[in-house]
Formats: sequence, C-alpha cells, structure tokens
Amino acid sequence: MESVIDIRGLSLAFERDGHRTFVLDSLDLSIERGAFIAIVGASGVGKSTLLRVLIGLAKASAGEVTLSTHSGKRQPLALVFQDARLLPWRRVVDNVSFGLEGGGLSRAERRAKALDALGIVGLVDLADRWPHQLSGGQRQRVALARALAVEPEVLLMDEPFSALDAITREGLQDELVRIWRLTGKTILFVTHDIEEAIYLADRVVVLAGAPGRLAADHLIDTPRPRTRSADGSADVVASVRRHLGAEKLIDGAAI
Amino acid sequence: MTDLIASAAARATASDAASGAKLRAAGLAAAGLLVFLLVWEVVPRLGLFNPLMLPGPSAIPAAFWSELKSGAWGSAVGSSLGHYTIGLTLGALLGVVFGVATGMSRLAEQATAWIVRVLRPIPGLAWVPFAIIWFGVNRTAAVFIIAIGVFWIVFFAAHGAVRSVERDLIEVADAFGFRRWHERLLKILLPAALPGILVGLRTALGQAWMAVVAAEIFGVPGLGQRMMQASSLLATELVVVYMLTMAALYGLLDSAFVALQNWLLRWKA
Ligand SMILES: Nc1ncnc2c1ncn2[C@@H]1O[C@H](COP(=O)(O)OP(=O)(O)O)[C@@H](O)[C@H]1O
Ligand SMILES: [Mg+2]
Repeated sequence: MESVIDIRGLSLAFERDGHRTFVLDSLDLSIERGAFIAIVGASGVGKSTLLRVLIGLAKASAGEVTLSTHSGKRQPLALVFQDARLLPWRRVVDNVSFGLEGGGLSRAERRAKALDALGIVGLVDLADRWPHQLSGGQRQRVALARALAVEPEVLLMDEPFSALDAITREGLQDELVRIWRLTGKTILFVTHDIEEAIYLADRVVVLAGAPGRLAADHLIDTPRPRTRSADGSADVVASVRRHLGAEKLIDGAAI
Repeated sequence: MTDLIASAAARATASDAASGAKLRAAGLAAAGLLVFLLVWEVVPRLGLFNPLMLPGPSAIPAAFWSELKSGAWGSAVGSSLGHYTIGLTLGALLGVVFGVATGMSRLAEQATAWIVRVLRPIPGLAWVPFAIIWFGVNRTAAVFIIAIGVFWIVFFAAHGAVRSVERDLIEVADAFGFRRWHERLLKILLPAALPGILVGLRTALGQAWMAVVAAEIFGVPGLGQRMMQASSLLATELVVVYMLTMAALYGLLDSAFVALQNWLLRWKA
C-alpha cells in the first residue's frame, strides 16, 4: 500500500549540560495512507518528540521524513496536543477556524467550515462559548475539530484522551473511530495505554528503550466494531507488554 | 416536607441577611460622608480655622456654578483632557511598541538593556527643565511630560506580559503553520499579553493624571493652572472646586477604563 509518511533513519538528540542525549535512534517507519496507527511507549520514550518532528516543532538530528501528500496544502498534517491548548481569548468556533486563517477564505467561509468540523465532533451548539466554559472532554473535542477543520491528510494525535475520565475517554474513542471511517484520514495516534491502542488501531507500533527505537510492530485485524475486551488480541497485548518491559509491573499490580 | 420548608426559610433569611448587610454598609458609608462634610462645615464656622483658608462645603456649589457660567471650568477641563489624552495615547503606543519588541526579540532587549537602565530611574518630573527648554511652557511640554511617565509603565508591563506568554500557545501557531513574526504577534502574543498590558495601562492612567496636574502647576493651561491662579487670589473655594473636579474626572476615566477592560477580557474565567 502507498505510504503517506516515510521515516528513514530518524535520530534526534537534545543538547543537555553540554552533552548530547539521544531521544530517538535511527527510526524507520512507513505510514500507509488511510491507516489508523497507534504508537505505544512508556512515558519519556520519545513519542511526543516523534510527532513534534513530523509537524515541524522539532528538528531531527539525522535521517529524513518524506511526505507524499497529494493536496499541495500549506498544512498537510495537523496535530492534536495532549492538553487541548485552545486559545482562551477565542470563542469555540474561532478556535476551530484558527488554522484556516491566511488561506484565502472569507470570514464567512471559515466560519462555515469551522461549524462543519464542530458538527463532526457533535459540538455545534457550543460554537459561541468561551473555552473556559467547556468540560475537559469538550475541550479535547474542540481541539480535534480544530485539527479536522484544516482538512489534513494525516491527523497526529498525542495522547489526546489520557487526561480524561474513563467514561468520557471511551466515548471519544468511539467517536474517533467513527470520524476516521467517515473521513478516511490517516491517523497516527500516540498513547501509553495498550488497550486503547488495540481497541483503536489497525497497527500498533511499540517504541521502547533509551534512546527510543522501534521495538515491535503488530497488525490488529480484529473486525470492527470491536469490543473492549482485548481477549482476541491477548498475544499482542502480551508481546507489547514484554517489549515495554512492564510485564512484571503490570502483572504484579493485578494480583 | 417540613425539611423543605425549613431549608427554604433558611435560604430566605440567608439572602435577607446578605442584602441587609449590603444596605447597612451603604448606609454607614453615607453616614460617614455626612459626618465628614458636617465637621468640614462646622470647623471654619466655629472660628477654629480661618474660613478664608478653608471654605466650608456649602460655599462650593456657588463657586462651581459661577466658574461654570464664566466658561473657565469648561475650558480648563477641555485643555487638561486634551493633553492628557494626547500624552497618554502617545506614551502608551510607544510603550506597547517598544515593550512588545523587546519582549519578542532577545536582540532588541539586549541592545536596549543599558539605555533602559540609565533612563528608567529618572523621575518623570525631572524632565520638566528640558520640556520647558525644548518646547516652552505649553501643551507640547505637558504632553511630553505625561507621555514619558506613561511610556515606562506601559513599556515594562508590555515587555513582561509578552515575555511570559506560554510557549505552549506559541507552539499552537507553529503547528498550524503560522511561523512568521507578525503571525505570531497578532494571533498569539498580543491577545495573550493583553491582560498584562491592560494592567499597565490602568496604572498609567492614574500616573498620567498626576503628571497633568504637575505640568499645569508649572503654567501649562488647564485644571492645575486654574487652581494655582485661584490659590494666588485666595479663592480657596475655587481651589476645592478644582480638586474635586480632578477627583471626579479621574474616577470617571478609571471606571470607564475598567468597563472597557472587563469587556476586552470577557473571555477570562
Ligand atoms: N526540549 C527538550 N530538551 C531536552 N530534553 C527534552 C526536550 N523535550 C523532551 N526532552 C526529553 O526527551 C525525552 C522524550 O520526551 P517525549 O518525547 O516528551 O516523551 P513521551 O512523549 O514519550 O513521554 C524525555 O526524556 C524528555 O525529558
Ligand atoms: Mg508525550
């Protein structure tokens, strides 16, 4: 299948106290167009850093990233941050239309597109609220709408639901799958939650070690709609845990 | 059922108590003012104080009325508000421009660091000699004095406010492809820094008012000059009229500013 992002030999080091510390080390990864890929890894392994390189917030020390995007858009990728990062001085609808500014659209056209995106996440009614009047889950949905509004080819999501309560999180997971099937976008979804990765994705990539490397790569072919019990993928869960080096910890806690 | 009634009653008495407390506070404030005016009126009448040096409040309305009719009050207020507005606008504009520039750019901050260190501690009124030498005793000199005081306050407020804008918000602009300096400035830095800049502006509003009076005491036409004229004629009730005028104008300006500020920051929780 055709890949939309091709990562070859990607390394990244931070300069700290005069010496270089590698966070990512010769990473190779191909993202197929239209796929839902989850990247799983322990905290601090470099998951956010990888997304930041892709969106251009951080610069790789070595290696290359090839984007094969069709639209020739100014913004072929969009990122949903872990914390929603809405701009508090803009109403919800103006937050969503943020990325459309400077693209030659009139104010009315931007607003119409923003309302469409809010429709996808089911928040049209809150269009004229201020961000501080929203719940955590609503805020995250607005952030998702803001990313969808620019009609990116690839949606990068950095642990977008990790700060939410379980009920809200499960609701948003289902909503995300629905949006993915509706829009056909490529989604690169970072999480530290194995069950979440297996429930959502076609493919689960494990990042582990220091510096972070690709430790495992699993296809999840459980048919959709899926159930939340990961029974069908017990072997994948076990493998991922082994690679995360967290097996003992998790089993110990469960007993 | 009885519980419900009891709790409703409790709520009613609680809100009664709250509004009662408010009423009492207002009553006390009014009573305090009344006592103050009374003492002020009685002291000169009892001969404890020469009435020429301290006119009672009852003499004020008549003095105000004749000053108003002669047109002197109106032209003094107009003149003061004129250079107040110009000086404030000029100082605030320059303060925001330089504050934001040094807040955004390390280069600009470093280049101006020592200039700021030398000029900053000079009190605004210490510029009066140069103001008079350069411009003479006129409106331009007053505007200059006012603008300098306002400039420093707004400069530091804007600089600090821009400097402390969260990196996270700037990254949002970056992530959506707005990476040029003017995009950052307009989309993130200015709106995020606005609360801090407004705090500085409000301080400057009061500072500028003091500078107005100071400049006019040196002879620039306006409230301060008119007040000094009255004092040299021992028209003390007129002096009081102008003192109260200053207080009232400042109160008005400040309230208007706070209303504007609340509207501009209506997005805040
Ligand atoms: N700007 C930075 N300077 C130095 N070290 C950083 C910087 N950003 C992240 N790191 C380090 O890089 C590592 C990976 O961080 P991150 O990508 O945020 O991890 P994850 O998202 O997987 O939790 C961490 O050890 C973190 O401390
Ligand atoms: Mg992270």
